[in-house]
Amino acid sequence: MTVPGPWYLVLAAVLFSVGATGLLVRRNILVMYMCIELMLNSVNLTFVTFARMLNDLGGQDSVFFVLVVAAAEVVVGLGIIVAIYRRRSGATADDVSSLKG
Amino acid sequence: MLLAASNAASTSGADLANASAWAVYAVGATISMLGAFGVVLLRNPVHCALSLVMTIFGIALLFIDESADFLAAVQIIVYGGAIVILFLFVIMLLGVDRREPRRQDKMRGLTPVAIVVSLVALISLLVLTQVRFWATGAKASTEALNGPGENVQKLGQSIFTAYLLPFEMTSALLVIAVVAAVVLVRRGPQSGPETQRKTAARPPTSQESHRPGTPVR
Repeated sequence: MTVPGPWYLVLAAVLFSVGATGLLVRRNILVMYMCIELMLNSVNLTFVTFARMLNDLGGQDSVFFVLVVAAAEVVVGLGIIVAIYRRRSGATADDVSSLKG
Repeated sequence: MLLAASNAASTSGADLANASAWAVYAVGATISMLGAFGVVLLRNPVHCALSLVMTIFGIALLFIDESADFLAAVQIIVYGGAIVILFLFVIMLLGVDRREPRRQDKMRGLTPVAIVVSLVALISLLVLTQVRFWATGAKASTEALNGPGENVQKLGQSIFTAYLLPFEMTSALLVIAVVAAVVLVRRGPQSGPETQRKTAARPPTSQESHRPGTPVR
């Protein structure tokens, strides 16, 4: 016996919104990145919930691939962040505006 | 929401299994929500990373509850054990664990707008969860979740048969990501040993001098 699926979907939606809020509000690039991970996690929860609701293993397969892609994405993203911080100290997202011209 | 609430009222009877299922859900939801608010609200990036670990553990608990055993283990190993540690490494490496200054921010006035945008997103997501008939019924995989065999076995069979090509492509993706990380973090070829000699000779820059813990050269 498990809690009905909509409860999990609602929880995942709330987690996603909290992550989106953090991504928009915070200025520290690393914390913004953590908020992206939060959003990815909530989507994983949605996938697993639909796998259970629809009795289909495809949702869990998707989560597996999301995990792999998230790992690759974190490696590249943190590399970019390290490269940015190396050029200027204490860079927040607002300071990285060289492309503004 | 109303539908979910009525579901709750009808299913959360005195049944012990029901009660324990709701207890597991409540614990997992509480842990993950507390961690999520910690990530967004705490000022110190290290605390944010630890809150992220908390969220990951809560979600892993919910994964186990939803019979995704393998994914729960991978979630803890990959997210809690690798990704967050990588975040902490970068935080320590760059010395950015200072508190975020509440300085005059040009975009400060846009914070309420950001919160409103997120609330709109939340409401639309909640509406979407109540739309019941968007599933076409077509199966994404050949395996049923409740079929015979363990979860790990079924997931492995599915990945190595139906999803073999994507699986092989993820290996290429990981190799590309590793190469990209090396290329990004390495100092460029023009700033090779020559500039390193220069940096060793020159006095510390302003970037180095005000970083705490850096020995004065």
